[in-house]
Amino acid sequence: MGTMLEVRDLTKRFGGFTAVDRIGFDLAEGEILGLIGPNGSGKSTTFNLIAGALPPSAGSIKLEGREIGGLSPTEVCHLGIARTYQIPRPFRKLTILENVALAAYFGANRLISRSEAWKRAEDALTLTQLPTDPSVRVDGLGAAGLKKLELARALATQPRLLLADESLGGLDEQEMDQAADMLSDIRRERGITIIWVEHIMGVLMRVVDRCVVLDHGEIIATGLPQEVAHDPKVVEVYLGTDAESVQTQVAGRSAGEAAGGAAAC
Amino acid sequence: MDASTSRNLTILKGAGLAAILAFPLLGFSDYVLHIAISILLWGFVYTGWSVMGRFGLVSLGHGAFLGIGAYGTTMLWNLAGLTPWIGIPLSVLASAILGLLIGLPCFRFRITGHYFALVTLALTEVARLLIVALRDTTGGSLGVTPVGVVSPEDPVSLYALQFASKTVWFYIIVGVWLVGLLIWRAVDRSMMRYAMEAISQEEDAAASLGVHVTRTKLTVTVISAAMTAFGGAVYGQYQQYINPETVSGIAISLQIVFAVIAGGMFVQLGPTVGAVITLLLGEGLRLGFGHEFHGLDVTVYGLMLVLFIIYMPRGVLGKAVEVMAARGSRPGTPSPQPGE
Repeated sequence: MGTMLEVRDLTKRFGGFTAVDRIGFDLAEGEILGLIGPNGSGKSTTFNLIAGALPPSAGSIKLEGREIGGLSPTEVCHLGIARTYQIPRPFRKLTILENVALAAYFGANRLISRSEAWKRAEDALTLTQLPTDPSVRVDGLGAAGLKKLELARALATQPRLLLADESLGGLDEQEMDQAADMLSDIRRERGITIIWVEHIMGVLMRVVDRCVVLDHGEIIATGLPQEVAHDPKVVEVYLGTDAESVQTQVAGRSAGEAAGGAAAC
Repeated sequence: MDASTSRNLTILKGAGLAAILAFPLLGFSDYVLHIAISILLWGFVYTGWSVMGRFGLVSLGHGAFLGIGAYGTTMLWNLAGLTPWIGIPLSVLASAILGLLIGLPCFRFRITGHYFALVTLALTEVARLLIVALRDTTGGSLGVTPVGVVSPEDPVSLYALQFASKTVWFYIIVGVWLVGLLIWRAVDRSMMRYAMEAISQEEDAAASLGVHVTRTKLTVTVISAAMTAFGGAVYGQYQQYINPETVSGIAISLQIVFAVIAGGMFVQLGPTVGAVITLLLGEGLRLGFGHEFHGLDVTVYGLMLVLFIIYMPRGVLGKAVEVMAARGSRPGTPSPQPGE
């Protein structure tokens, strides 16, 4: 498997404040990477730097060897990186299907036909378990539905790399599990590489291959979910919040994998 | 829309168009014909405004585009002897370029909403003041008349695009108006419409989904500016008289916005209905109160604009379509509920 994304010495300063300080990590093709850290740790800034929403102050971001730091969000999208928003931003005057179809059409830089765009939209809606009925409006969607719509729009652009921003904020436990499974399914079925930014560590640990933990703009730990969850620095950062639940989830993952493996046989 | 509704609509459109085409044959006075021509011509201009206005790009600067179209064509004819067949395209081009020049910085630096309205408001006043200031060439506030070449003996000049007959003008302007409706529909049915809807609601999200935000906004702005300038040029040719107040400045820009809001900017014929409302209102007030209450029409426009924005933001025709759609769907099945 090749390298999808290569981040080196990435730095973002806002005036005198350094939000992201010379961070670097690699992302293999087909991997799900969890980018975690408490509020203000710089994970959203990192996310926005990769998505083109912010220009880096220094350092490089390479997508399959090509420098993308400083490109516009539109250009980044056309190169195959799609993002979701932490707070969903649906186009409320359009139907659900139109929301996703326009993403398919413009995400492909208008190089596909309208019927192809609508077909891709239906496919993305099916994948995210949303209705493909052309008359359904956005207004009826709840928090979980809007999150799915964000995901459907991003997927319709047919990305190679999906940036999922705090997909689980505002969801209940069952919805969180479903959303985590959905990302896992997307990777398995479509081979899409995923960076998942989240500050709730719990359910994320069950799905991601690897974690990068940020604090105060610096990487404090990188590795397998089990490793980072027991890393003293990570525990300290999360202490008193959900360090315990992280460890429970990781334990749950091992048990779940064993059970899943048995069921598959 | 099912097949029979669609067929009925086609029949209705055909009948409406036939009625319009038969209108000059019914022996109305020149005055009535003039009102009809004015409605269609302004209907075209308003349609041009709504091509961008419907997406929240509220321009108060369309007086500038109108002025460039009208004065450009007339000045080229009067001073350089250039036929309107060349003068009109040049003026339209100049207006499109101005649309680009004003749009590019606005869209790059995200000047939207009220601020965009203010920038464009300044533009229209600059255009009016320029016309007044250059009075040696433009005739200033007194206005200007394209050098006439037609007379009762020789009523038609294709070269000068001057026609003595109102009937001829009627048919020309019906054509112009129809082209305007077709452009509106083409935009309405294009993917650009989805892009603009997306941009007007969530610009960042649209950009991150691959929409070229600035380019798309500029495209609708240029289409709108070009249509408006074309309308201004035709207006000058038809009226054979233009002045800074009638084709430029704040008053005409506001009138355009009011008409489109009153008629409805989200339906194809909305701006035309707006033209019917403003023209008939203007004429009614003028005939009813004469010139004693100069400025009364503008006062009434202002008052009605407030009422429309509060109570009927989709305009008269928009509201009518809404009511009919609600009636049509009542006996049917309830609309499907979105799942989660």
